[in-house]
Amino acid sequence: MKKTLFDKVWDAHVVKEVQNGPQVLYIDQHLIHEVTSPQAFNELEQRGIPVFRPNQIVATADHNTPTIDQHLPVKDLLSRNQLAQLTENCSKNDITLYGLGHKYNGIVHVMAPELGITQPGMTMVCGDSHTSTHGAFGSIAFGIGTSQVAQVFASQCLLLQKPKSLRVNVNGKLKPGVLPKDVILYVIAKLGTNAGTGYFCEYAGNVFEEMSMEGRMTVCNMSIEMGARGGMIAPDETTFEYVKEREFAPKGEAYAKKVAYWKTLPTDEDAIFDKEYHFDATDIAPMITYGTNPGMGIKITENIPTENNASFEKSLAYMNFEKGQSLIDQKINYVFIGSCTNSRIEDFRVAANYIKGKRKADRVTAWLVPGSQQVASQIIDEGLNKIFEKAGFKLRQPGCSACLAMNDDKIPEGEYCVSTSNRNFEGRQGQGSRTILASPLVAAATAIEGKIVDITKNLN
Amino acid sequence: MDKFIKLSSAAIPLPIENVDTDQIIPARFLKATDREGFGENLFRDWRFNKEGNVNEDFSLNNPNYSGRILVAGDNFGCGSSREHAAWAIHDYGFKVVVSSFFADIFKGNSLNNGLLPVQVSPEYLQELFTEIKKDSTTQIEVDLEAQKITIKSTGSETNFEINNYKKMCMINGYDDIDFLLSSKKEIEAFESARV
Repeated sequence: MKKTLFDKVWDAHVVKEVQNGPQVLYIDQHLIHEVTSPQAFNELEQRGIPVFRPNQIVATADHNTPTIDQHLPVKDLLSRNQLAQLTENCSKNDITLYGLGHKYNGIVHVMAPELGITQPGMTMVCGDSHTSTHGAFGSIAFGIGTSQVAQVFASQCLLLQKPKSLRVNVNGKLKPGVLPKDVILYVIAKLGTNAGTGYFCEYAGNVFEEMSMEGRMTVCNMSIEMGARGGMIAPDETTFEYVKEREFAPKGEAYAKKVAYWKTLPTDEDAIFDKEYHFDATDIAPMITYGTNPGMGIKITENIPTENNASFEKSLAYMNFEKGQSLIDQKINYVFIGSCTNSRIEDFRVAANYIKGKRKADRVTAWLVPGSQQVASQIIDEGLNKIFEKAGFKLRQPGCSACLAMNDDKIPEGEYCVSTSNRNFEGRQGQGSRTILASPLVAAATAIEGKIVDITKNLN
Repeated sequence: MDKFIKLSSAAIPLPIENVDTDQIIPARFLKATDREGFGENLFRDWRFNKEGNVNEDFSLNNPNYSGRILVAGDNFGCGSSREHAAWAIHDYGFKVVVSSFFADIFKGNSLNNGLLPVQVSPEYLQELFTEIKKDSTTQIEVDLEAQKITIKSTGSETNFEINNYKKMCMINGYDDIDFLLSSKKEIEAFESARV
């Protein structure tokens, strides 16, 4: 039988099948962070169960960490306690932790790939819905709840029903100024926030084949925003090159052996998907969102649709936008470039390239939050920090930051923030804040102009 | 985990679509390291305004509504994987959430916490909203063994789907860890066969 990339990886990890029930799926790599792991550790302790495979777990502190003065004790008592618990739990259970200040610390979905922890053909989980990011390498990676974190601690396995398969094909040539973020925002705007629920999504077509690993991660990251538990892209030379020589990647002969296996993973020709969509790359333009879910996106030059539906109207009322309105020239006071969606070096290069020689609008507060310590160092090595400083942007320390505003990086009530993150839910970036999702290029341009502009006019 | 077999109760309506887990429990309340007490902050920013005053318009604050069943709009529980969302709903006192569609991770998290997600057709969901609006004390019966939900006053009933294994777990109060631990030998055999 013809198999999809997803089938191949999934089937290679099935330990057994419960009759008329779920399958026991083996998990190669478990990533944990401070927010969704403490209750799982408690559960194991209460039941007297040891952590089964501590060497297949890597921990980082990211969700609840400050992005300034990381060398000082964390001010917020609850956050400090949560971080202390992570440290204690990891040391008690022999789990590697890259805590605050460590050179490998960073957002879990940024640091694991850059360390070579993420590899093609793996099964990976984390108590975070954006774990789908790692699917960019051709791995099965998905977010889990805390009860499942405890299950993986206890058995390195999960009980799961095999999801259905979905393929999103995008072919053609992308226009200038259209970034991977625009591609995924476009797909979600077309398909809606629940089109992928119950499915695992493969992204295929020359657009994804030609993307860098950073771009592929941005795309797979947002799979959950259309409901899909995970997204995948077939591993190829770009993937192998990225993984090669990274800290935890296999080396020498072991690497060559792995590559030979990874080459067998792409979906067989004529394999059948439960659902399949095709999009033309030339139709994609720089995107922004206008509502309170990531499916409420439009091309930057389009007007807000006119729908008669209570939930739609509630959403527009929250955003203080009108049906049919254009967002061009909309005044913006906050810009955030960061999050597990867009905080990799490529994102900062794009922003720096646009910003160079310009200065941000006076009223704009512009936060740049690198995804990891390694990205932060790279920004300095490449001299991008000088460009940002000259332009009046604030470069902060790594972490999830204003994407979910668990720490002090909050957007004030009623303010709009053009953000490179992944969710524009009500209050996501702080109580009463209004999020407009966009690419790093649109975010950079917004910071310079102090308003939303049609960036395609400034390019060429 | 709590057992769930059958429940008859009034319901609280939440006719909003795409209710995400950030609304169910905002991120700023995720700093706790135990599972208890999240009900206090369930739908925090819809139940209370920024000054902490009760928002009278929100259905959970409406004294006419009560009960252990939450009836919500389409695509309930989308967004983050935070299990705190299921804990908050359960801790507030709900045993069942009814919707025409649930997000994946939320559904799994609920089932792992003795909170039953009941998926019905959009038409039946509308019927529920209409009957609850007509009479806020409308009794709704959820029978897990028969996989059936019934509006008692009208007798209108419909079946719902649930995975057999998960149904057995809910009825008996079992959780997945017990099952996985009982599979340890096979897991170890799987590991050694791969190397």
